[in-house]
Amino acid sequence: MGKAADKSPEPPAPEASPDLPADDLPKVYRAMVLARVMDERCLTLQRQGRIGFYVPLQGQEAAQVGCAWALDSEDWIFPAYRELGVALVRGVPVKLLLDQFIGNSGDVLKGRQMPNHYGYREFRFVTASSPVGTQISQAVGAAMAARWKGEEIVTVTFFGDGTTSSNDFHAGLNFAGVFKAPTIFFCQNNQWAISLPRERQTRSETLAAKAVAYGFPGVVVDGTDVHAVYRAVRDARDRALAGDGPTLIEAQVYRLGPHSTSDDPRRYRTDAELQKWKDKDPLARLKHELLTSGALTEADDAALWETTRKDVVAAFASAEETSPVDPLTLFDDVFAQRTPQLEAQREEFAALLKEGLIKP
Amino acid sequence: MTELTIVQAINRGLADAMRADPDVLVLGEDVGVNGGVFRATEGLFKEFGGDRVIDTPLSETGIVGAAIGMALYGLKPVAEIQFLDFIYPAFDQIVSELAKFRYRSGGQYPCHVVIRSPYGGGIKGGLYHSQSSEAYFAHTAGLKVVIPSTPADAKGLLATAIADPDPVLFLEPKRIYRAVSGEVPDGDQRVPFGEARIAREGADLTIFAYGAMIPPSVQAAETLAASGTNAEVVDLRTLVPLDEKAVLASVEKTGRAVIVHEAPRFCGFGAELAAILAEKAFFSLKAPIQRVTGYDTPFPYALENAYLPNAERIVHAAKAVVAAG
Ligand SMILES: Cc1ncc(C[n+]2csc(CCOP(=O)(O)OP(=O)(O)O)c2C)c(N)n1
Ligand SMILES: [Mg+2]
Repeated sequence: MGKAADKSPEPPAPEASPDLPADDLPKVYRAMVLARVMDERCLTLQRQGRIGFYVPLQGQEAAQVGCAWALDSEDWIFPAYRELGVALVRGVPVKLLLDQFIGNSGDVLKGRQMPNHYGYREFRFVTASSPVGTQISQAVGAAMAARWKGEEIVTVTFFGDGTTSSNDFHAGLNFAGVFKAPTIFFCQNNQWAISLPRERQTRSETLAAKAVAYGFPGVVVDGTDVHAVYRAVRDARDRALAGDGPTLIEAQVYRLGPHSTSDDPRRYRTDAELQKWKDKDPLARLKHELLTSGALTEADDAALWETTRKDVVAAFASAEETSPVDPLTLFDDVFAQRTPQLEAQREEFAALLKEGLIKP
Repeated sequence: MTELTIVQAINRGLADAMRADPDVLVLGEDVGVNGGVFRATEGLFKEFGGDRVIDTPLSETGIVGAAIGMALYGLKPVAEIQFLDFIYPAFDQIVSELAKFRYRSGGQYPCHVVIRSPYGGGIKGGLYHSQSSEAYFAHTAGLKVVIPSTPADAKGLLATAIADPDPVLFLEPKRIYRAVSGEVPDGDQRVPFGEARIAREGADLTIFAYGAMIPPSVQAAETLAASGTNAEVVDLRTLVPLDEKAVLASVEKTGRAVIVHEAPRFCGFGAELAAILAEKAFFSLKAPIQRVTGYDTPFPYALENAYLPNAERIVHAAKAVVAAG
């Protein structure tokens, strides 16, 4: 019945994986700088109490931007909560993201979620959840649906090393294997799940190795190398669209910052380890490459950081001026239409609000 | 007596239980080296080591399933679920297994397991770091559900939970983990299950609450006192087993009831209380019962303060009850 059943199960003729187009590299770097600048800024804003919480991505920019760059804008993203780099490549405006971090009236989510848990249907970026792993099996279902509808897209789901222990990691990979779903499982192994180191999460030598038992390939890539990530994702995408099913990609990276602004990593990891990975900072790596090739000068770079910082500061100022959410929206979107009970609660709420007994 | 916060009292309670009984151990995510994301297990790893303070992989079903197995084999595990919002991957192990093992085995296999978990709003945690899902569990035959609101009760009820041969879900009001401190008796001072606490005595109206809703309820009672209504605040402390005697006795005295919880209203624990009052204290009631609760929506982020019951809403409801009869 499904369209893909008509497709040849044969893989396409093997050819060298295409590399990131050289012309794209400065743009890739710019996206990575934007992600880093937003990260630095948001950590400061959280400390100042201007946003409530933040999940940084420092150290994971090449993995995220490289992966997103290899996708088509029609592909669906099922993110976790750390995928700022992916959202930026998708074209989500900075101001819109900052509106979400504040939870103001400009926020597409209507202030419903904690910072970082955004989602934009327009950008095929599905709204994130906190419970880890739940997006994995959903991405598989969406991929099955796309194939059934005959649409030439893949779904890509993002998750961390810790999440490979979750129920939905197993369920999702198993379904994907059985149904040959056109899904890419993009695991950012940032070496830590809050305080639990990678080697205490699973005895498996690599996370990629887990794919074997589900009957499809798993590959390990250096997630600080934007080229390697891009190639791996392109390969996986080609395989998926050729009807050859899913791929698990383990991008090896490091979370340079805290798990979130509620976390203090000094309690569980050493400065020496951090320093080792700081020396492999993906931004420094790409910058070095661009300087060497002549695509970037130190002066360009300094100007890029400065303008990016200015832009982000300006976007935040504008987000801060955006009005708060209307309290009555509390009762919207529970269902397509409010039930009589919700309607009554909304009225009760509105009256209390008017009397000043509820202060939003 | 020692002055402690709620989270400190829980930490002391765990350490005391582990010192007293080598069969007690702790397992969960980030409970060891990190001392728990709320620091409830701070210092335990250092004192008792990694065999008794176990940092597990990221799997709630694994945590609860393994705790059940340990208990079947004779240990007394205290499992931590990092936030109550993340308990659902373990729902099957809790509802189908933990709660039913004793019954389905004809009493052969009891499950001496405590599951601790921070619950509730007030920390700007949005949908997934704020839920009060006690009703699901109170609805499950075979589970005890305990929610302290003071440091002394936290320590005393935890000691009782760890000694209890049945599974206990021990819900910790994270919003007042550090905001509420008080005197805690030293030594093994247990607070029995099934005994509500009168947090404030009164004759005109009863406010029923538990956990993080106790402070706003007491505050509301103080406000009401200024306008001549003397409200009693009953802290249920254990939802299962429920101190029905205390619930009925209070309403037989006051004739009026306001029920407060932060969970959504529909099918919340307050519905059970209201039903009990309607069944067994109907002729003592002078006015219809009112519930002050979270709304029947998911827990919001930006509008958290608008969602959570506050003292003003409790006062408003209490006045309406008094005005009605
Ligand atoms: C089901 C569930 N349990 C616990 C948590 C609390 N928690 C949030 S993130 C996290 C660690 C996730 O680690 P990993 O999958 O490696 O992703 P990372 O945060 O490192 O990107 C934990 C335990 C959660 N969000 N969901
Ligand atoms: Mg991780």
